[in-house]
Amino acid sequence: MGVKKLLMGDVACAEGALAAGCNFYAGYPITPATEIMVHMAKRMPESDGVFIQMEDEIASISACIGAVWGGARAMTATSGPGFSLIQEGIGYAIMTETPLVIVDVQRGGPSTGLPTQASQGDVMQARWGSHGDYGIIALAPNSAQEMYDLTIEAFRLSQVYRIPTIVLGDAIVGHTWEVVEMKKAAKTKVALPAEKPLSTAYETPFYVPKFPAFGKGYMVHISGLAHSEKGYPDTESADDYTRLIRRLVNKIRNEREQICSYELINPNAETMIVTYGSPSRTVYETVKEMHDVGMLRLKTVWPLHERAIHEFCREAERVLVLEMNLGQIYWEIKRVLCEKNVELFSKVGGELPTPEEIRGTLQ
Amino acid sequence: MIKGQFYRRDMFPMIFCPGCGIFTVLECLKEALSQASIDMEKVAFVSGIGCSSRAPGYIMADSLHTTHGRALAFATGLKLASPDLKVIVMSGDGDLAAIGGNHFIHSCRRNIDLLTICVNNFVYGMTGGQLSPTTPVGCVTATSPYGNEEHPFDLSALACAGGANFVARWTVRQRKELTDSMVRGVKKKGFSFVEVLSPCPTQLGRRNDMVEVKKNLDWLDSLTFSKDGFEFKDREIELLASGRIPTGVFCERDKAPYGEMSK
Repeated sequence: MGVKKLLMGDVACAEGALAAGCNFYAGYPITPATEIMVHMAKRMPESDGVFIQMEDEIASISACIGAVWGGARAMTATSGPGFSLIQEGIGYAIMTETPLVIVDVQRGGPSTGLPTQASQGDVMQARWGSHGDYGIIALAPNSAQEMYDLTIEAFRLSQVYRIPTIVLGDAIVGHTWEVVEMKKAAKTKVALPAEKPLSTAYETPFYVPKFPAFGKGYMVHISGLAHSEKGYPDTESADDYTRLIRRLVNKIRNEREQICSYELINPNAETMIVTYGSPSRTVYETVKEMHDVGMLRLKTVWPLHERAIHEFCREAERVLVLEMNLGQIYWEIKRVLCEKNVELFSKVGGELPTPEEIRGTLQ
Repeated sequence: MIKGQFYRRDMFPMIFCPGCGIFTVLECLKEALSQASIDMEKVAFVSGIGCSSRAPGYIMADSLHTTHGRALAFATGLKLASPDLKVIVMSGDGDLAAIGGNHFIHSCRRNIDLLTICVNNFVYGMTGGQLSPTTPVGCVTATSPYGNEEHPFDLSALACAGGANFVARWTVRQRKELTDSMVRGVKKKGFSFVEVLSPCPTQLGRRNDMVEVKKNLDWLDSLTFSKDGFEFKDREIELLASGRIPTGVFCERDKAPYGEMSK
């Protein structure tokens, strides 16, 4: 049991990071994620961590990655325009298998868009925003409590799989004040290799190699270029490249059952609503007042939990995907339930769909 | 004496062209780390993208070969998370002053405790000889086929104005001075910047009638004059454009490094 406190979602996220052992934060101010940074500026020095305000978001994620190689647990938080900028760093973290947490408190886009209004417009960008083939993990909290809990989970997953992990919040969960139980978190230890100096920086056949942090005598060369198991740039061999990229993708793809979590109400009801993040708050009302409506809420958006979607929706007569964009995860659900008629309920502009609106669609 | 071996020999051969200045920079760095008694297990290199950014790969130490222009941002995080490490950034004029220009001025301003070595060969080498922010006026490059018409940056002047604690510039022919500045730079608390004017016979030389290495080096000599303590405030920015580049130690001061303001 943890202490209960009334917290804003963004602050709950920062506190979750601290509970998970985060000791490095680099960021750049941006609405509606700034509260995370402001809270970290105060809290990091109190817990012997490092806080730094960088010159832009590219510098922020770069500093975080550098800090992780220096042995830290690092996080940065941003919103749409900054999320676009940090895609470069996400690609580097993927290629170098650097564990860190990135929070995207989504606002309306494109471009500067709707700075103070929520959206779920970045969900595909979270999956494919950086160039090249890769796997990624993204979690979608729907409350201040989950901003706390899923940030802790994001740290755990990032360390287990040596991968950047994204917390996809939005202006609603970020700015909502709720009572949050601040549970203690087990601090997962990153496994260090035994051999010094290390002859292979990326041991195979393991999907997830151990992490050779700097300054410990491993003498490793870490590069964003395609590399051999030694870590050395290797841009000539198609075989080596194929092996590397397949491993980076498969270490997530093959672990979906272990990575993914979801919330389920009335599986295989006559109507199943598939959703994630803030809009699920409205669906809690819908399932209370409407008979034979169920909900599958994806807490893990990426990787997509295809088995759960199939298993819990296949008997439904209607499947409705609810999201605050003009249809992004919708197409993924349609792909998984290819034999079914899948409907989309979109709402953009910043406000949650109301129970009346959902009822109107279903009736 | 250097503790550990300097070169990562199983990465050889190096990718650099014959006549490249990076070989000299590496040899001077080896000597400098030896003079400064650096433990190779307690030094880490960070670099971006470009020819000079590949150099740390040939050094037997922990090294992070990062994205284009961002080496200083990565290095900032690494140093703050691991203050006992000596962090050395290796960069080039395109990496540091074009795509990484913002990180460069802010690293100087923060006066973060890093040594940055910039191999300034006035051109993008790896991508095939394009115009860089330091290309002298009139030089022919792949993207200035009629001669460069942009004013160049003076990187050392920028570092001094930005707030670095130690700033020096030498050509690769000034090996003794260059080595000495690297020793002072690596020992100095705060941001140290050592700019090395370097030949690129393949990309700049080939297009500007100095494909022979000696001609390229002679050209560097003709551009420069040595003057320790040169006061940048007294000069016009056109000085560099007119082909008169001072070399020397330009500033050495003891401003509080990042994180030590309140100590």
